[in-house]
Amino acid sequence: MLGLLETGPRHGYDLKRVYDERFGQDRPLAYGQVYSTLSRLLRNGLVEESGVEPGGGPERKRYAITDAGVTDVSEWLVTPESPQTYLQSAMYTKVVLALMSGRDANEVLDAQRTAHLKSMRELTSRKQGGDLTDQLICDHALFHLEADLRWLELTAARLSELGGQFTG
Amino acid sequence: MAERDDDTLLVGSELRKSFGPTPALDGAGLMVRRGEIVAVMGPSGSGKSTLLHCLAGIVAPDSGTVTFDGQDLAAMRDRDRSALRRGAFGFVFQFGQLVPELSCVENVALPMRLGGTRRKQAEAKALEWMARLEVDHLGGKRPGEVSGGQAQRVAIARALVTEPKVVFADEPTGALDSFNGEQVMRLLVDSARETGASVVLVTHEARVAAYSDREVVVRDGRTRQVELVS
Repeated sequence: MLGLLETGPRHGYDLKRVYDERFGQDRPLAYGQVYSTLSRLLRNGLVEESGVEPGGGPERKRYAITDAGVTDVSEWLVTPESPQTYLQSAMYTKVVLALMSGRDANEVLDAQRTAHLKSMRELTSRKQGGDLTDQLICDHALFHLEADLRWLELTAARLSELGGQFTG
Repeated sequence: MAERDDDTLLVGSELRKSFGPTPALDGAGLMVRRGEIVAVMGPSGSGKSTLLHCLAGIVAPDSGTVTFDGQDLAAMRDRDRSALRRGAFGFVFQFGQLVPELSCVENVALPMRLGGTRRKQAEAKALEWMARLEVDHLGGKRPGEVSGGQAQRVAIARALVTEPKVVFADEPTGALDSFNGEQVMRLLVDSARETGASVVLVTHEARVAAYSDREVVVRDGRTRQVELVS
């Protein structure tokens, strides 16, 4: 939200609208969250009040980013996100439990593959009808799903070897 | 295998094919409806390319049948089967498919020329298709003078120039980076949808398969349907 204020002062409703448009995807921002975040930013000196839009009321107050806020955004942007290691995976747990209990792990892999392919088809169709930012976010999701599928394929190829480890 | 209905265009049943002692296909089957895009997936060596070659009449199966629009390919005369491949089928492969000695426009016009269309008419149609695939400016260049992505677009134009009923695409993005692969898939799918052509798309990439209406997985020479489109 702070980053969005760098493009110019906005009131709470406007912030929510721009956030949802750009980043909300399937999870729009709650109004309560907008105002609680703005109060926190105000308290920390990262934003300041910058007039009231005609119509009055607390929700029409406009907020502007401060110099300290700009520095905060710059630092946040160049701080890398921690790469996710995916070492805690429900898919892995299900495959191992299927093998430990003597069930057919292929069924686990097949069900997951079907679900993944379905999601990938939906995302591809959304991407085809969307603009460039839609493509960007859908591609991000598609590459991650594809990575899962490659793992499913590799695991399927290793099943007989793996089965021996758990039953032998 | 999916249920046959009035829209059924291509059916391969109980296909078996061995190269030496190794069975490449071991009872595989596939049904494709008119205008449907079906992805054939599977690990390397699973038999997916052999399945495509059998369905396209390039390779004769040891047993099993392939019918196109109700006609059994094995029962056709060689000449008729060749004419069918030239007119009703289009092909896009991973690489090495364009004739290096011919210009790009001559390559695209080739299936029409082989079918007896006059040069001027065939090249005009070829340029029309090249424009749709945004490569008409490359008409005079040889395949060796264009990039991989551009060559693949030229190949798609060639596959579609006769407005075939089925396009067989074997790893069409296999030699391309993600960006070019994406562009090629969009153009292939959009063009096929526009002309109502069915596509049999062999790929090991899930992102490519996600452009299809449904997937079929080939494993050890056998097919398994993953999901029917709703």
